[in-house]
Amino acid sequence: MFLDHLFIIAETDPARPWTWAFVGITFALYLFIGWISRVRDSKGFYVAGQGVPAFANGAATAADWMSAASFLGMAGLISFSGSDGAVYLMGWTGGYVLLALLLAPYLRKFGHYTVPDFIGERYYSETARIVAAICAIFVSLTYVAGQMKGVGVVFSRFLEVELWMGVMIGMAIVSFFAVLGGMKGITWTQVVQYFVLILAFIIPTVAISRMLTGDPIPQTAFAFGDISQRLNEVLAGLGEEIYTEPFTRFSKLNVFMITAALMFGTAGLPHVIVRFYTVRTVRAARYSAVWAIIFIAILYTAAPALGMFARFNLINSLHESRITELTVKHDGDVKSFSFPGESEAAWQWVQEAGDDANLTYSVTSKAGVPLEWATRWQNTGLLTFDDWNRDGTISLKLQETEADGKPVRKSEMAKIDKDIIVLSTPEVANLPPWVIALVAAGGLAAALSTAAGLLLVISSSLAHDLYIRFVKPDASEAEKVLMGRIAILFGIVVAGYFGINPPGFVGEVVAFAFGLAAASFFPAIFLGIFSRRVNRAGAVSGMIAGLLFTMSYIVMCTADKVLPMFFDAPVLTQEDWWLGISPQGIGTLGMVLNFVVTLTISSVTPAPPEEVQELVENVRIP
Amino acid sequence: MSDQRKTELQMYWRDNIRAVSILLFIWFVVAYGCSIFCIELLNHIQIGNVGLGFWFAQQGSIFVFVILVLVYALWMDRLDRKYDVGE
Repeated sequence: MFLDHLFIIAETDPARPWTWAFVGITFALYLFIGWISRVRDSKGFYVAGQGVPAFANGAATAADWMSAASFLGMAGLISFSGSDGAVYLMGWTGGYVLLALLLAPYLRKFGHYTVPDFIGERYYSETARIVAAICAIFVSLTYVAGQMKGVGVVFSRFLEVELWMGVMIGMAIVSFFAVLGGMKGITWTQVVQYFVLILAFIIPTVAISRMLTGDPIPQTAFAFGDISQRLNEVLAGLGEEIYTEPFTRFSKLNVFMITAALMFGTAGLPHVIVRFYTVRTVRAARYSAVWAIIFIAILYTAAPALGMFARFNLINSLHESRITELTVKHDGDVKSFSFPGESEAAWQWVQEAGDDANLTYSVTSKAGVPLEWATRWQNTGLLTFDDWNRDGTISLKLQETEADGKPVRKSEMAKIDKDIIVLSTPEVANLPPWVIALVAAGGLAAALSTAAGLLLVISSSLAHDLYIRFVKPDASEAEKVLMGRIAILFGIVVAGYFGINPPGFVGEVVAFAFGLAAASFFPAIFLGIFSRRVNRAGAVSGMIAGLLFTMSYIVMCTADKVLPMFFDAPVLTQEDWWLGISPQGIGTLGMVLNFVVTLTISSVTPAPPEEVQELVENVRIP
Repeated sequence: MSDQRKTELQMYWRDNIRAVSILLFIWFVVAYGCSIFCIELLNHIQIGNVGLGFWFAQQGSIFVFVILVLVYALWMDRLDRKYDVGE
């Protein structure tokens, strides 16, 4: 009975049985690791007993760092940003250098469990600690909701379960190993998840690299293969921007501002910083940073190659593909027309059905290969076509036409969600079904590992920084661990809820979380280590100034999305951007403001107490 | 802590700052100089089939970042030994 069912599924999508198998095996592995690394004491729960070897912590940090966005989204973003996609590549890896050289070793020496701990002690202020804890919770929650949504997308596309069901399964798995094992369980599952995600990313990239350039190493094929020139020619033919030409998507100033905001923001992300608390010594913290950036670079140097390959392949297979069938869903009524025979009847029906009809095109490439993946992605709504010139083919060429009486240039690919580039690449390239399944398992590993790290930050901020410190300072070890577990479970439920029903602000905030972190956390931690003179008054006013400035600019630019009940248009539109700075890059200016305010106020107020200055001396020596 | 040890630790911190400053200077030149401000200029030079500026922006800078973090760890090992600090 069950087997029959599998065969039916296999007929519709050959990758599905493989996907079930890979997802099943990897999930069973995560559960097993969670069970064997369960913990009893709070040091084990929050910092894995500080006994994680450098190599393992490097792999765990890499998995923690590379989220669903790095795995599923980044190559797609680069694919459509061309040269300017460098802001993401450099922003996220360059920030890592700052973290490794300026923050990680010293915070490890400090040795407490959380970032709010450091802020609270260094600036001898409970207010600063509470503010830092709330910021950490806010940033982590919005970020984790994005991961949960990524889990849902993978499930709904590859296993055809409902999005909410996918999110629920993901929540159940994370809660098992995170609640049971705390940081220890999370660390060891992240180590395994790193290897799952890197294999899942590299195998298809190598296959496509060999197919398109003859060179199996994507890192060298990127520069030494002829793919960049071929892609540039194809894009020129379609009337699109040249791929390798800089500043087509962002101005030079904005490339600079966005890169810097991403760099200084990533360096301040609490869920990555806490990973460095888990190793034994300062020296181990430095070497785990080395391992982590090697592990991260394997993916990040392959991603720009994949971006190029994917764009080229997608255009090559979709451009001028012929429509073989058109399915129109309207008011619960489904009609299919085969092309070219019934095309006239089809267009007439589309006209009658009006704008809210749902169109699915079955297409065959110009080489005559049926593109079943295109149909499957249209079913998820992440890819849509519109044969607006009614010629029975899908053209990706930008053509002049009119919309609402105004001239526009558009192609017949009405919408493509950038998140589907990585997931669809193996199918577009016609790779074997098990590779497609591996990519799905890799996407889940990336999403779950980051989600787990973020959940631990939420848990430690709620339980360790807020509850135990202010409500129940005399809690026993058992109570501390129990509180941590309850808090993590609470985080999972909230994140799952936002993953299923994302409020408008989540998507916006995730995109701007880096700018907010750059404008608030980075200067406070950095100056806390490198200056003895910076004091409470300076740091607190600097953080408030940086945060308020950055937040208000972002809100003004996105008012219609963040506060839809008050605004139906942004207060600042692109033409009015201050000095032309995009809201994604404003965090850099917010950070500069934070530095200026902190240093000015500190210099006119008394130096911090003697014991705080000693603390600073102390974190500087390993 | 003796006064002599205090001076030693101050020198350790000064050497540490020097190491970090040199490495971050390279970081800045590669990330912002080669990859953003001078990208058009460097694109006149070809590496393989792409412009050097484009290559730095999308791939070369990341290789440099890996080397910087590695050199930092090795450099600090030497300083730790020289001043006899660390666990």
